[in-house]
Amino acid sequence: MDGGPQKPAVGWENGMLAPVDRLRTERADSPVPGLVEGTEPGAGQQSAMFVHAQSFEDLTAEAEEDVEREAELDESGEPSEDLKVLVGEETIEKQHNDDIPPERGTKEEDVSSEAWRSHRKHVFVLSEAGKPIYTRYGTEEALSSTMGVMMALVSFVEAEKNIIRSIHADGCKVVFLAKSPLVLVGVSRTCQSDKELLRELQYIYYQIVSLLTLTQLNHIFQHKQNYDLRRLLAGSEYLTDNLLHRLDRDPGLLLSAVTCLPLASSARDVVSASLQAAKAKNLVFSILLAGDRLVTLVRKKDQFLHHIDLHLVFNLVGSSSSSREGEGWTPICLPKFNTAGFFHAHISYLEPASELCLILVSTDREDFFNMSDCKQRFLERLSKRSAYQAMKEALKCPSYSVEQVGIPELRHFLYKSKSSGLYTSPEFPAIYQSDEEQERMMGLYQDLHSHLHHPTRPLRSFYRCSETENLLAWVTSGFELYLCFSPLGTKALAHSAVNKLLKWIRKEEDRLFILSPLTY
Amino acid sequence: MGDDHQQVPGGAQLHRNTLSRPVRTFRVKMVLLGSSGVGKSSLALRFVKDEFRNTSPTVGCAYLTRVVHLNHATLRFEIWDTAGQEKYHSVTPLYYRGAHAALLVYDISKRETFIRAQVWLKELQTHYIPGSTVIWLVGNKGDLEEVRQVSAQEGQNLADEKGLLFTETSALSGEQISELLLDVAHRVYECIGAQQGGLSEWQETPFVHMHHRNTSNPLASCCKVGP
Ligand SMILES: Nc1nc2c(ncn2[C@@H]2O[C@H](COP(=O)(O)OP(=O)(O)OP(=O)(O)O)[C@@H](O)[C@H]2O)c(=O)[nH]1
Ligand SMILES: [Mg+2]
Repeated sequence: MDGGPQKPAVGWENGMLAPVDRLRTERADSPVPGLVEGTEPGAGQQSAMFVHAQSFEDLTAEAEEDVEREAELDESGEPSEDLKVLVGEETIEKQHNDDIPPERGTKEEDVSSEAWRSHRKHVFVLSEAGKPIYTRYGTEEALSSTMGVMMALVSFVEAEKNIIRSIHADGCKVVFLAKSPLVLVGVSRTCQSDKELLRELQYIYYQIVSLLTLTQLNHIFQHKQNYDLRRLLAGSEYLTDNLLHRLDRDPGLLLSAVTCLPLASSARDVVSASLQAAKAKNLVFSILLAGDRLVTLVRKKDQFLHHIDLHLVFNLVGSSSSSREGEGWTPICLPKFNTAGFFHAHISYLEPASELCLILVSTDREDFFNMSDCKQRFLERLSKRSAYQAMKEALKCPSYSVEQVGIPELRHFLYKSKSSGLYTSPEFPAIYQSDEEQERMMGLYQDLHSHLHHPTRPLRSFYRCSETENLLAWVTSGFELYLCFSPLGTKALAHSAVNKLLKWIRKEEDRLFILSPLTY
Repeated sequence: MGDDHQQVPGGAQLHRNTLSRPVRTFRVKMVLLGSSGVGKSSLALRFVKDEFRNTSPTVGCAYLTRVVHLNHATLRFEIWDTAGQEKYHSVTPLYYRGAHAALLVYDISKRETFIRAQVWLKELQTHYIPGSTVIWLVGNKGDLEEVRQVSAQEGQNLADEKGLLFTETSALSGEQISELLLDVAHRVYECIGAQQGGLSEWQETPFVHMHHRNTSNPLASCCKVGP
C-alpha cells in the first residue's frame, strides 16, 4: 500500500522513539482546545514516563493498510455457507461433544447451544496449523470443527495474497489477525469497528507473548508445527479471560492510557523519590499500584515502558491473589519492550491487607534478594515520612465524583493527556452503577473513540444525541476528551463545558496526574 | 512478614526458648514442588498464616518466611512456593538449588500428580548432593477421601523405596500441617544442622544470598521451555 492514498492521522512520531525532553515553562493557565501537545493539563513537566506513541495508531498501524482492502472484500458478495457457521446462523453444525470431558469447570458450555452463540464477543486463538489454543467461551476441543472452518478461511484468503481481515454478516463481525505463529479471530455482535476489534485481538496476542516470549513461540512451532500450545498456557487462561473482561470495562485500555491514584503532589513526589533512591544495578522499572491505579512509576534513564506492557502488568497483578502473603517473583516478557526475552518481576504488597502493590522489574533472574532489599529500603524511607500516611488516606477515596467539577448535566467524562499517556475520569454516577450500564457506557465511549480514530475519516469532534444521554468527543494534538451529559444537555452547553472542564482539570492536575516522573 | 514469632498453628505446641542463653537462628531453604493445583500455595499459606483461602495459580514463584522455634535452635524457614505450570519449569532449578528441604506435593485424588511427583524426584536427585536435602513426600487434600486415587500405603511405599519421608495433609482442614512443619524442622536441624556449615546463621540483613551459594547455572537461558 506504499503508493496508496495518504494515510490520515498516522503521521506522528515513530512509536518506539524516546520522547524529546519537554520542559515547558509556558503552561497556560486557561487552556483552550487546540493547545499544543506537552502543555495540556496533565502533561508531565520533565519527561514522559511511557514510550511516546501515538498510542492507538501505534497499536493498529500495521493493520491499517489492510482495512481498505478489507472494505473491498466486504462488498464482494454474500457470505458463504461456511461463514454462516461462524456467525451463528441456524445452519451451525450440531457438534457431538458429548464424549469430550470439559477441561475447565467454568467453561462447561454447550457450544451448540443458543446461549453460546449469543455471547456478545467471542475470541479464538489458534496456531497456524489450525490447532485450537484458546476460546473465550466453551472448550477448545468442542470447538475444533469451528476452528477448522476459520483456518480454512484464513488459508483460502492468504493463498490469494490478500490477507483476510474481516467479514460482516447478519449483525456479526468476524475479524482476523494473523500474527505468526498465531492466528486470532474475534466474532462480535457489538457495534465496535474492525479497528477496535483488531486492537483487542492485539492485546490478547501480547498477553500470550508476555507469558512465553515470541522467540519461544517461534521456536516451538518451528520444531513442531502441530504443537498443542495449550500445554504451555494451561493455568493461564484466566489471564486472557480477565484481559477480555478489562477490554470491555476499563477505559484505560480503550484510551491507551493509565489512570492515577489522586494524591497530593507533595506526597507523590516523596513516594517517587523514595522509590528512586531504592535502586539497584539491574532494576529497570519500579511501579507502585493502588488497585488499577498508578501511584508512581520510576524508570531507568532512557528506558520507557509502553502502556500496553503496563496494562499487561496490571492484568497479571490484578488477576492473581497468591502473592499477597509473601513476595512474588516471576518471569514476564514485556512484548512492547522486547518480544525476545524475559524480565523478572518482584511483586509484593506493602502490607498484606493493603491495596498498594509494588512491582520491581529487573533484568536478572537471580535478582530476587536484591529486589527484596530494594523494597525494604523503599519501605524504610517511606515509613519515616508522612507521605505514607497521606497515601493510605488517599486510598480511602481513590476516585472523585463528577459533581466536584460543577458542570450542570455532566454525568461522566474521560480526559486523556496525550503526552503523558495518563487519563482521568470520575467515578460512574449512581445511574451507571450496574454492570450492564457500565458496559453500555463503555460501548458508547468505544463508539465515540472509533469515530475520532476512524482509519480513513478521523473526526476532530463528534456530538451525538440519544434518548438516554448526549455525548461529545473532542480530540486535539494534546488531549482526548469524551463527555457524557444527561439528555437534557444541549450541544451549545456541551461545547461550553469543554473549557470549563479543562480549567478544572488544570486546577486539579497536581493531584490527578503524575507531573514530575523520576528516573534512576 | 510480621509473623516471625507466631506459634505454629493447629495445636502442636512448639517450644519457645526458655533458656537464658541466646538461641541461634538458622536459615532453612525449603522448596515446594509439584503439579499445578495440588495445593502448594495452600500449604504455604497454612505454614505462615494458618489460613485457608482459595488461591489462584502461582505465577513464577512466591517467597514466604516462617520462624520455627526448637529446643536448642530457631529455624527461619525461607519457603519457595513454586508454580506447577509447565511454562515455569525452566526456572524451577533456581529454587530447589541449595534447598535444605524439598516438599514433593501431590494430590491424593489425582493419580497423575503422584506420577508427576516422581518425575520431580528424579530431577531433584540428578542435582542434589546426598545428605544435603531432606526430601518429603506430601500427599495433600487428605480431606477428599471419597475420591481418593492414591492410597496412603502407596505413598508410604514410594517413600520407603526412595528413602523419603512421607505425610498426608489437608491444607483445607489443617490436618497434619503444623506437625509436618515441625517434623521437617527437626529433621533438617538434626541431619543438616549437625554438619559442618550445613546451615548458615541468620543475620538481620542477610547479604549472603542463598541464590548465589551455588553459582553453577544448570540452564543457559530461561527462554528455553517447551517441547
Ligand atoms: N479439598 C482440598 N482442596 C485443596 C486443598 N489444598 C488446596 N486445595 C484447593 O486446590 C486448588 C489449588 O490449590 P493451590 O494451593 O493454588 O495449588 P498450587 O499447588 O499452589 O498450584 P500452582 O500454584 O498452580 O502450582 C485451590 O482451589 C485450593 O483451594 C486441600 O487440602 N483440600
Ligand atoms: Mg501455587
